Amino acid sequence: MQELSKEKRQEIRKQSREDLKSLNLSWLDEMVQSDAQLREKMAFFWHGHFACRQINIFFQQNLLDIIRNNALGNFGDLLREVSKSASMLSFLNNQQNRKKSPNENFAREVMELFTLGRGNYSEKDIKEAARAFTGWGFNLAGEFVFRENFHDSGLKTVLGRTGNFEGDDILDILLESKQTARFISTKIYRFFVNEHADEKKIEWLADRFYNSQYDIKKLLSDIFTSVWFYEDKNIGAKIKSPVELLVGVRRILPMNFEQEEVQLIYQRLLGQVLFYPPNVAGWPGGKNWIDSSSLMYRLRLPRVLHDDDNFNVKPKDDDDVMMGQPDGRIKNKEQGMRNKEVGSKAGKMINVDIDWPAYIDQFSKEKKETLPVKMASVLFLKGTIDLDLLNKYAEKDSRENYIRSLTIAMMSMPEYQIS
Amino acid sequence: MLIKRRNFIQLGSLATGSMMVPDFLKAFEKPLSVPAGNKVVVVIQLSGGNDGLNTVIPLRNDLYYRQRPKLGIMKENALSITDDAGLHPSLTALRELHDSGSLGILSSVGYPNPDRSHFRSMDIWHSASSSREYLDTGWLGRYLDAQCKPGDRPTLAMEIDDVLSLALKGNQMKGLAFRDPKRLYGNSQEKYFKDLGVAHKITGEEAPVDYLYKTMAETLSSADYIFQQSKLHPTRQSYPATSLGQNLKTIASLIFSEINTKVYYVSLGSFDTHFAQEVQQKRLFTELNDAVKSFTDDLKANNRFDDVLLFTFSEFGRRVSQNASGGTDHGTANNMFFIGGGLKQKGLINELPDLSDLQDGDLKYKVDFRDVYATVLHKWLDADDAAIIGKKSNYLAFL
Repeated sequence: MQELSKEKRQEIRKQSREDLKSLNLSWLDEMVQSDAQLREKMAFFWHGHFACRQINIFFQQNLLDIIRNNALGNFGDLLREVSKSASMLSFLNNQQNRKKSPNENFAREVMELFTLGRGNYSEKDIKEAARAFTGWGFNLAGEFVFRENFHDSGLKTVLGRTGNFEGDDILDILLESKQTARFISTKIYRFFVNEHADEKKIEWLADRFYNSQYDIKKLLSDIFTSVWFYEDKNIGAKIKSPVELLVGVRRILPMNFEQEEVQLIYQRLLGQVLFYPPNVAGWPGGKNWIDSSSLMYRLRLPRVLHDDDNFNVKPKDDDDVMMGQPDGRIKNKEQGMRNKEVGSKAGKMINVDIDWPAYIDQFSKEKKETLPVKMASVLFLKGTIDLDLLNKYAEKDSRENYIRSLTIAMMSMPEYQIS
Repeated sequence: MLIKRRNFIQLGSLATGSMMVPDFLKAFEKPLSVPAGNKVVVVIQLSGGNDGLNTVIPLRNDLYYRQRPKLGIMKENALSITDDAGLHPSLTALRELHDSGSLGILSSVGYPNPDRSHFRSMDIWHSASSSREYLDTGWLGRYLDAQCKPGDRPTLAMEIDDVLSLALKGNQMKGLAFRDPKRLYGNSQEKYFKDLGVAHKITGEEAPVDYLYKTMAETLSSADYIFQQSKLHPTRQSYPATSLGQNLKTIASLIFSEINTKVYYVSLGSFDTHFAQEVQQKRLFTELNDAVKSFTDDLKANNRFDDVLLFTFSEFGRRVSQNASGGTDHGTANNMFFIGGGLKQKGLINELPDLSDLQDGDLKYKVDFRDVYATVLHKWLDADDAAIIGKKSNYLAFL
C-alpha cells in the first residue's frame, strides 16, 4: 500500500514538473502577445517579489492567478491572497506552524521579504507574529483553512501593538506601517526606474502609495508621469533580466520555435527559470545577471536564433527538479537535449522561424539614409551607434537582407541588454 | 591615440565619453611570473547530496547496519582505513592517498537549521550564509573582491563549466566559467565583438552598459590569455575520458602554466540517490576516483602536489535510514575529503558521526562549514577570512 502510494506520488510529481514547464511556456507567450503589457510586466515583478518554489502545479497555477489578477490592483489584497495561498503556506512551512511547536519561517519572510524589509522588526516581533499565524493552513484541494485547534489564541505583541492577534491582524499591522509602502516603492522604483534608489523620490512615492491605501496603479502612474522618469540618467539604467531579454526579442521579431522547450534551456543557462526562483528572496537582478559566460550567451542569442545555430553548452542540473534521475529516465525533449549537450547536432535544436516580412514591413516607408536611425530607435532607448562599424557587418545585396543583418548586429550589441 | 572621424548615430541624449584604456586591459600588458609554491585550491562539488554514510562507512556500528539492512556496505566490501571506518569500494585511489598520508576526512560538517532543498542548501554552501539569510554573492567571489586590485588579471578563480556558480560571484569581481580553453578562445574570436569593444567609449559614470563592455573586454582578453597558458605546459598524463577526468586535465595543464589562478572549481553529479543508489553512487565514485588518481599522480610527477589542496563537498548528506526504493532521502550533515601534500592532519580528522544522537533521524552537525572555508582562506590562500565570511571563525588544524 505504501509502495503503491509512493509510486503514485512520484508519478504525480513528475507530471507536475511537466505541467510547470507548459505553464512556463504559456506565460512566456502571454508576456509576448498580451495587449495588457503592463499587467504582465507587473505580474512578472510580483512573481519575483512573492518568490515561491513549489512543485505542485495546482498550487503554482493558483498563485500565478492571484498575482496576475491583483498585479495592478491593491497591494493589501495581493498580500492577503498570496499569504493565504497553499503555494506560499506550503513553501514557507506554515502547515507545520502550530501552537505547541511554532514554525517562524512564514512570519519571518512575510516581514523580511514581502512587507517591511530587513532591519525593520525584531526577532521578538517574528516570534510573536508566528504565534498569530499558527493554524493557518490549506486542505487537499489547496483551499485556505484556519485550523483553530492549532491556533495560539493568547496575547501577542507585534511592532509595539498588543492583542489576541490572528494572522489577518498581523497583515493589517504590517500594512499600517509606512515602512511597507517604502519597501515596496523602493523595489518597484528599482524595477522600473533605476537600480540605484533615489531616497527623496522614493519617499515621495511611498507617501502617496501609503495615502492611496496601496493602490498599485496609482503608484505606477506617479512614476510614469514624473518628469524624472524621463531624465537621461534614468534611461538605460537597467540590465534586462533573461526573461525580459527573451520576451523583448520575441516582441520585436515575431517567431515560432520548432521546439518551444529550448526556451527553458535558455532560461536555465542564463539563470532565470520562471517558477524556480533561487530562493524566497527572488532573483537578485542587476549586475548579478552578468558574468563572462552569461554575457557572451546573451550577446550571441540573436545570432543563434537567426542562424538556427546552437550554443553548444550544457546548463547546470537542477536537482530539485530532476530528483537525481539518471540520464534518459525522464523522457522528454528538454532532458534529451540536456543529456546530449544543447545543440550538439547543429541546427536541430534551436530551430526558429522568424517572421521577417512582418518586421521589415514597419520600415517600408523609410528612406535609405534614415533607415538605420529608425531601426535603432525601435531597438534601443539611447546610446551612440557606430554606423560605419555596423555597416561592415551588414549584408547589402538587398534591402531585406540589409534590414535583417543590421537588426541582428544591433541586437547583438551590449546596448541591447539595457532597458 | 588615433581617433578617426566616423559616422555616428546619436540616439536620445548625448553621452559624453573619454577614450581611455581601462585598468583591466593594462593587466594583460604586464609580464607576470608565478611565485614558486603558488598555493592552489581545487574544489570538487558533489552535486545532489552525496550519501556520506556510504562514502565513509562506520564498519563497527550496528545502528548503521540496522538502519540500512539492504543499502549498508558490508565490512568485507569496504576499503578499511581504520578498524572503525572504511571507504566506499570504488574509492581505491582515495585509500592509497590515505595510506600515503595525503587524505584527510572531516565528518559531520554542516550548519544550524539545515535546509533540505537542493537549491537552497547549495545556495547556503555557495554564499557561506546562515540558513536565515540570503546573499547574492559567493564565498570565492568575495575572496576575489578582497584579493583583486585594479589592474589584476581577472583569472584568479575559474570554474570548469559552461555556467558560473554563485560561489564564484562577488560584488565587484566574478570568476570565469568555461569548459575548454580552446573552445573559449574560439568563441571569443568573433571579430564583431572585438570591433564593438574597440569602438565603445567608456563614460566613466558606471552606467550598466559600461559594465557590460568591461565584462566583454575582460572575457575576450582572458580567453586569449587562458588559451595561451593552457598550451605552455600541457600535461602528458593520461586522464579518463569522463567529464571530470577531462576537467581535471584542463586544470592540471593550467596549474603547470604561469597563470595566476588560485582557485579552480568543478562539479560532479547527480548524487541525488532516491532510487537505486548503489548503481548510481558507484558510477559517480568510479568517475571521481579515476579522475582524482590521474590528477594526483600528475601533480606528484610535476612536483606540485604540495602546493595543491583539493577538497570535496556536497550540499547535504542523506538520511541515516534507507528508504523503500533502494535509496536514501535528503539529510543534513556530511563529510568532506581533503587531498594534497600539505595536510597537517591526515586520515580521520574528527570522530565518525554519532548515529545514536540524531535529530529527527538526521545527523547533527559538529563542524560549521564556514570554519572550513575560513581555514582554507586564511591558512592556504592567505586571505582575510573574517571579511570574506562576514564573521570570525574557528580555524581548524588540518592545514
